[in-house]
Amino acid sequence: MDFLRPASWEEALAAKAEHPTAVPIAGGTDVMVEINFDHRRPEYLLDLNRVADLTEWEVGEDTVRLGASVPYTKIMENLRAELPGLALASHTVASPQIRNRGGVGGNLGTASPAGDAHPALLAAGAEVEVESVRGTRLIPIDAFYTGVKRNALAADELIKSVHIKKADGPQQYSKVGTRNAMVIAVCAFGLALHPETRTVRTGIGSAAPTPVRAKAAEEFLNAALEEGGFWDNGKIITPSVAKQFAELCSGACNPIDDVRGTASYRRHAVGVMARRTLTWTWESYRGARRHTEGAA
Amino acid sequence: MRVNFTVNGRPQEADDVWEGESLLYVLRERLGLPGSKNACEQGECGSCTVRLDGVPVCSCLVAAGQVEGRDVVTVEGLADYAKARSCGTSCGTSLDEAKGWQARGTDSQTGEGTELAPIQQAFIDAGAVQCGFCTPGLLVAADEMLEHNPNPTDADIREALSGNLCRCTGYEKIMDAVRLAAARQGEAV
Repeated sequence: MDFLRPASWEEALAAKAEHPTAVPIAGGTDVMVEINFDHRRPEYLLDLNRVADLTEWEVGEDTVRLGASVPYTKIMENLRAELPGLALASHTVASPQIRNRGGVGGNLGTASPAGDAHPALLAAGAEVEVESVRGTRLIPIDAFYTGVKRNALAADELIKSVHIKKADGPQQYSKVGTRNAMVIAVCAFGLALHPETRTVRTGIGSAAPTPVRAKAAEEFLNAALEEGGFWDNGKIITPSVAKQFAELCSGACNPIDDVRGTASYRRHAVGVMARRTLTWTWESYRGARRHTEGAA
Repeated sequence: MRVNFTVNGRPQEADDVWEGESLLYVLRERLGLPGSKNACEQGECGSCTVRLDGVPVCSCLVAAGQVEGRDVVTVEGLADYAKARSCGTSCGTSLDEAKGWQARGTDSQTGEGTELAPIQQAFIDAGAVQCGFCTPGLLVAADEMLEHNPNPTDADIREALSGNLCRCTGYEKIMDAVRLAAARQGEAV
């Protein structure tokens, strides 16, 4: 095994081009487990800890450009206002020790359907900035996950950052596990309200071969909210609408039975999380509306 | 490969390090510092917790090559680290001192006669050590929390220690120990 230690992003890209089989390591919370357990013996380890750009973030007008190695702890501490869904998701990652090392780039690189960040990224809307010596491209998050632990990266590409849409409304994240720390999600759900475009977006984790959106549920809810004038009148969501939304979210799942849970439990739990997160986000939207109206 | 880094305030050099080796292995097997414990090797149990540039991490998940030029504090250096924090000096712990470190002194039950970090003394006084395997990781994690949160709520303590498993105590005495250390820290100021 060779340990490659590029001091800059350019050097990292050159190293990846020269050794396409090199396994990038940043927080190490996935890669080191595989090495410790002898599940993987990469020919080259490509250490990204010395590439300072990867640990930086930038809050722009519409998006946050989040460096691939920004640890979850920093997201929780610094980006809760701009990325509330991802901040909540980050807080459910493992333990403080793991959150101090792991970041969204690793979640995307591993592309496990159980990665905690995915539902939040899908719900908020994001693009993954990847680069190689050949150039840069932005991959829409919906096109990034291509299979179980597979993503749209080419062999010579590295994940540089994620461009995540800044929240324009309430966001929620919910995860089912056996306790509040150190759990791989049995299943997870992210929901974002986008009042500016009068749309909602969802993200489901651990309940299909890849992280997925519940598109039929989104379309149903978009239409129901529009039809009932909910965005303007700020009424509470009709229970039948919430119920139908939850059922459509369950229907978007394509889960398996495994040690963490059965397929039917996952479908059920995603429905429950969908209904709850809809209630939480909508109540928060109504509260914010009342507040603005009161001030006017 | 060779790895140069700072351990407990002193520069160290580890030779013949395998590229896939963890920081934990280097500390235990190459530098002779067995305080950080090796249990799950997958970041679940927290018994290998050390400070890397001040930040608590599982040393089993840090590749040795990643610590080149960086700063590590292990449980063996915790007493000096805490002392330096309170008096503002930084003298470090030599490798031999660290290797020879024992929580013994004149009385192993009370910690009397030896230099302990306040969190270590609190663990002894509260009876938070049973088999002791998880203790080093808990000490490093708890000490770091008290450094930036001197008045933690019970929820804060539970969250800060949520990455450290203990199979003996049921955590109650550990909670007591951290509360005790926080209270003593408050009195001292």
